[in-house]
Amino acid sequence: MSKTSNAPTAGKQRQGNKSSKTQGSQAVAKKPANKPANNTSKSQAKAQSEADVKAANRRYSRIVLKEMVKTDFKMRYQGSVLGVAWTVLKPLLLFVVMYMVFVRFLKFTDGTPHFAMVLLLGTVLWSFFSEASGLGLSSIVTHGDLLRKVHFPTWIIVVAATLNSFISLAINLGVVIVFSIINGVHFTWRVIMVPIGILELYLITLGVALILATLDVYFRDIQHIWEVFSQALFYGVPIIYPLQMAVNVNPTFAKILLLNPLAQVIQDIRYWLIEQRTPTVWNFIHTPWIQAIPIVIAVAILALGIYVFQRNSRKFAEIL
Amino acid sequence: MASKSDFTPETVITAAGETQESVEEAAANDTAADDMPEDVVLRVSHVSKTFKLPTEQAFGLKQAFINWTRGIKGYKEQHVLKDISFDVKRGDFFGIVGRNGSGKSTLLKLISGIYVPNSGQIEVKGKLVSFIELGVGFNPELTGRENVYLNGALLGFSRDEIDAMYDEIVEFAELEDFMDQKLKNYSSGMQVRLAFSVAIKAKGDILVLDEVLAVGDEAFQRKCDNFFTNIKKDPTKTVILVTHNMGAVKKYCNKAILIKDGVIVESKSKDAVADKYSLENLAVPVVASSDSKKNDKEKEKKADEPEYETGLNARVPLLRITPVSNRIVTSDDDFVFDIEYRFDEKTPFYVAFSLLDMKRGGIPYDSGSVPLTKRGHQKIRFTLPMKLFNSTEFKIVASIREDDPDNDRDTKLVAFTSDKNSCFFAVHNDYMRPDYALISPDQLPLKQEYVPVKDEPAGNAQAKKTQAKKTPAANTKATDSKAASTKA
Repeated sequence: MSKTSNAPTAGKQRQGNKSSKTQGSQAVAKKPANKPANNTSKSQAKAQSEADVKAANRRYSRIVLKEMVKTDFKMRYQGSVLGVAWTVLKPLLLFVVMYMVFVRFLKFTDGTPHFAMVLLLGTVLWSFFSEASGLGLSSIVTHGDLLRKVHFPTWIIVVAATLNSFISLAINLGVVIVFSIINGVHFTWRVIMVPIGILELYLITLGVALILATLDVYFRDIQHIWEVFSQALFYGVPIIYPLQMAVNVNPTFAKILLLNPLAQVIQDIRYWLIEQRTPTVWNFIHTPWIQAIPIVIAVAILALGIYVFQRNSRKFAEIL
Repeated sequence: MASKSDFTPETVITAAGETQESVEEAAANDTAADDMPEDVVLRVSHVSKTFKLPTEQAFGLKQAFINWTRGIKGYKEQHVLKDISFDVKRGDFFGIVGRNGSGKSTLLKLISGIYVPNSGQIEVKGKLVSFIELGVGFNPELTGRENVYLNGALLGFSRDEIDAMYDEIVEFAELEDFMDQKLKNYSSGMQVRLAFSVAIKAKGDILVLDEVLAVGDEAFQRKCDNFFTNIKKDPTKTVILVTHNMGAVKKYCNKAILIKDGVIVESKSKDAVADKYSLENLAVPVVASSDSKKNDKEKEKKADEPEYETGLNARVPLLRITPVSNRIVTSDDDFVFDIEYRFDEKTPFYVAFSLLDMKRGGIPYDSGSVPLTKRGHQKIRFTLPMKLFNSTEFKIVASIREDDPDNDRDTKLVAFTSDKNSCFFAVHNDYMRPDYALISPDQLPLKQEYVPVKDEPAGNAQAKKTQAKKTPAANTKATDSKAASTKA
């Protein structure tokens, strides 16, 4: 169907939408509009309409995603008094606890004046990962009712769940920046790199969420397993303790810790945003192929997530 | 809406589990795979579906591991649909009927793309909107309004587009006052009404509806009736309807299929399908009894003493009713049946039979005790005119009776027909709704006349009078329109 032949049809259909009574005439109008296009060049018409289908699919996914994110966001603070304020309050309170315990009481420090900000940023980033992976994990199962009644791209559910946490992350990053300014942090040109780090963190999280969501459909045990595992992972990433502490134990051990893509990306964001003395993969490890490992793992997690999810998503409605 | 309607997408669901979206244009069908005639909007070809039913609880890693180590599959396969093929053309009102568990809903879910077939292919041309399991996926924690927007999005409509049809949806659902209430505070009928309104106002090319007619109060059903009648006339809209209401099949559908145990057993005409479905339902007791007959026979072989079927005994070892005419008759026909019995005693005896209305309940007819003269193994033929009745399903039960020494006016039961020996049949009156009154108004001559109204003292008498005048008028109007709608 060529674009020129579309125009009158589209106009007629728009009218048809307003009153259902004109639907009959709409159909009549449609046929003659189609035919010349088909006779002139079939292949061109087909390519054109395939592009149309793709555009429409994209449009459909966008609409559904938008509504799903909105709904999920509404549902999350359903019935709570403070509502969305919790998005900011939760990581802040967690930070206060950690600050009191680790900085004030246990005297953790990385030797820089802004360790508190580094700790806050780490907490915020980790909160995003743990919340998004947790929401993503249960997202398919909790939306089982919907999946059994309506056919739509299943991935939207997982993406919507993670995007919700992403909204919280954005708000929290704003809070971090405000605190940093108060704290007298010197921002450098490296701040422009932060979105790249955030994107990497999001993609890793999405990959993990896709894998977990798929597994959860088959084995509900995964919810409990993940709870324990993410706790272990939390201590495996230098968030509450400075990497220097791991170096003091064993330098090789510290390097291995950094090869975790979550450690890599969190350290990178800290480096770019707040403190250039933060050890990262790039300034702490000097072998290029070892430096590439966390990136490779990140890409592998995302690829595996997409692969596993796409392979199984068609059967979710039957299994749930 | 406009951008979406610019093309006619063809969704092909194959066994591989991949949904390929390709565009199907009227004349551009050169490949053999999608060689679908222009007017076919849905083609189901050789579709089979198997479910794995878990035998032991296979959820959880532990059980999965145990099953794996023991080599237990953990499920058994159930063939829900076997090699189903049919075409639906543009403008069709296509009925799918079948008893519970026959695979209808699975078929609808396959058509809607919710399930994936194990083999075969389903091709859909155009936008398909489905209404399955009495809902379109509502969230109970959201308000009615929010749910409409969420569902609209799932059907592919943006906020603006839903804004445009929102009022229409709410009006059809008759829920203007409840739209800002959370859905969990809706009654189930209200929820379904809203869901149905969203589904039908969504302006899909193909509307897939599962068991909608049993929903809503009478006013809403009438609304649906109007909607169906209108959409039936629209040559661009295609409806696929699953229902147990054969009246609806006969009224709306132009084509229908009957599914039994996962295969299409009847697809000739909607009437053939509806009739066969009614027969299927009547056949239940017969099927059940054929099994019990086998058991009885086995029992008889084992025990030396003869055993009698339920209701029979040594005095009356045989009593059964067999239909002579077709088991589906119209109101214009007579229903002919035989009562076969064996009675050897010399005392006077009688036969009595009654009609049980299986749909509405109650016993609309009883023959009373009919004296019998011939002894031994006999068969009597009865002819029962059906003109008194509208559509229903009847069961005839019969009994052999004798004089009651204690009661002159009554007879005493000797033997009766069990379900197995009774006879089931159906009456169809095509002019009346199937749930209409049992007795045809044509057969009961009605007398009517005006009677004088007593004058009341002044004051509110005037108001009462006008009210009294209005009410009967309104009533007759309502019944008139009802009768008109049933006749239409």
